[in-house]
Amino acid sequence: MLRYNTLIVLLGVGLLGAAAGPIGALAVLRRRALVGDALAHATLPGLCLAFLIIGERSMPALLLGALASGLLGVTVLALLSRYTRIKEDAAIAIVLSVFFGAGLVLSRWIQNHTTTGSKAGLDSYILGKTAGLLLDDVLLLAGLAVLVLVVLLALYKEFQLLIFDRDFARVQGWPVARLDLLLLGLIAVLVVIGLPAVGVILVASLLILPAVAARMWTDRLHRLLVLSGLIGALTGVVGAALSASLPRAPAGAVIVLVAMAFFVVSAVARRLLWG
Amino acid sequence: MGLTVWTIVIGTTAAAACSLVGCYLVLRRLSLLGDAISHAVLPGLVAAFLITGRVGGWPAVLGALIVGVLTSVLADIVHRRTGVPEDAGLGVVFTSLFALGVVLLGLADGTDLDPGCVLYGLIELAPLDTAPVFGLEVPRTLLTLVPVLLITIGLFVLFWKEVQLTAFDPAHAVAAGIHAGLIHHAVLALTAGVIVASFEAVGSILVVAMLVVPPVTAGLITRRLHHLMPMAVFFATTAATGGTLLATWWNTSVAGMMAVVAGVQLGCLLAVSSVILGERQSRGERGVSPGR
Repeated sequence: MLRYNTLIVLLGVGLLGAAAGPIGALAVLRRRALVGDALAHATLPGLCLAFLIIGERSMPALLLGALASGLLGVTVLALLSRYTRIKEDAAIAIVLSVFFGAGLVLSRWIQNHTTTGSKAGLDSYILGKTAGLLLDDVLLLAGLAVLVLVVLLALYKEFQLLIFDRDFARVQGWPVARLDLLLLGLIAVLVVIGLPAVGVILVASLLILPAVAARMWTDRLHRLLVLSGLIGALTGVVGAALSASLPRAPAGAVIVLVAMAFFVVSAVARRLLWG
Repeated sequence: MGLTVWTIVIGTTAAAACSLVGCYLVLRRLSLLGDAISHAVLPGLVAAFLITGRVGGWPAVLGALIVGVLTSVLADIVHRRTGVPEDAGLGVVFTSLFALGVVLLGLADGTDLDPGCVLYGLIELAPLDTAPVFGLEVPRTLLTLVPVLLITIGLFVLFWKEVQLTAFDPAHAVAAGIHAGLIHHAVLALTAGVIVASFEAVGSILVVAMLVVPPVTAGLITRRLHHLMPMAVFFATTAATGGTLLATWWNTSVAGMMAVVAGVQLGCLLAVSSVILGERQSRGERGVSPGR
């Protein structure tokens, strides 16, 4: 049953989860959970534009387009909440829905006006499809996941300071704004490499759920990061394996439900153990 | 041609209902709760379909009223009981419910419930499913949408004072003897009902665009609730009409185009208002800050 290809996919999605866990923990602590959601929805127009320009399904190009429009979305979000009197929650909802709408317009246009559109598998990016991943794709995703983890390890101390006491960090002379941007960049990269597996709509929950599940078990940051990495990896492997045996349910939804199960078990266990 | 007219009628009705409840959500800074509810009603919709065998309709609206309040209550429980930040708590609840809905949708596959229809709305096809009303063939969607719109307007008119006070200052409302919590949850339930009634027109994701974008656009012009609501309805209905026409012209997604047009409206008004407010501020007037 465990063919070579399946094994590679499991490994790739597991690595993705392992990277999503710790980055997600930082995102949740930094109150960026729903910013990640807006970013994820905002990737859709870039994905479609990249396909229109390239004219074929090339994963690196598609992901680059997704990253560009995701970052554009976050920039618009930051501009809206800084330079207008629109509140941040409304700004998030605006970016999320308008960018996603633009993405739908583009993707439907591609389907109706080009012959290769339906073969592009753009649909599989909306709800995720692990089974369609090729070996090269998985290697690319895994490589990026490892890169994100390395950056996180290298800047652990700085991120810790950024999350717990930004004012102190600023007084100490750390480049707080740039660190914040870097964290946002890491979140963006992770959202984008999660797209093929979990899809545009649900990829943000891959950041949130393992992190809040791990949060049930510890109050210490380093344990939280390790634990959410473990839970993320486990979520990825179990979710991908389950979705292989449930071909009719989109992979993203199955993976998210597995993550939710981990959270519910953790929350209940914590109440039972510590009351 | 007749089909396009019906599409516009359905779109504008849905947009009007959404933007009315959206005004309250935006004022209370609950835009994301609207987003969350619109995702969270999906399992309710699918369950109602599996039971009744029909998409949408009154059973789904009733089910959604419960799910809508449940989302807010559940998010609150996750936030309070587990110490997870508020936004992450909301994220946990609605993504999980949405994922559950998508999986249910996958399992209900093979029936005539199309994931594309539920997620992105197929307003183009909605006018094809008609039912006779007084001898006139009327799209079935309108049989739920129009009553829901009328109920929304009726409730806002009837409880105008209460809603207004709760929207701007919940603490003052409680002090004045108004049950602000009840009003709040009633509006949330109404929101869920409106979302479900209009999901067929705009889809469960883009409904957020109609909930949030027109009220924000209107909020750039006025700060008075009785001006805000008609203006939001104006922007929503024009966005729906323009979106439908453009999408038909370019042969693309109507719901997506509605969201884009609403976004363009907001962008234009932001540009205009920043010019006007910028001038006003350079004359030394204080007040609303358009930034530096």
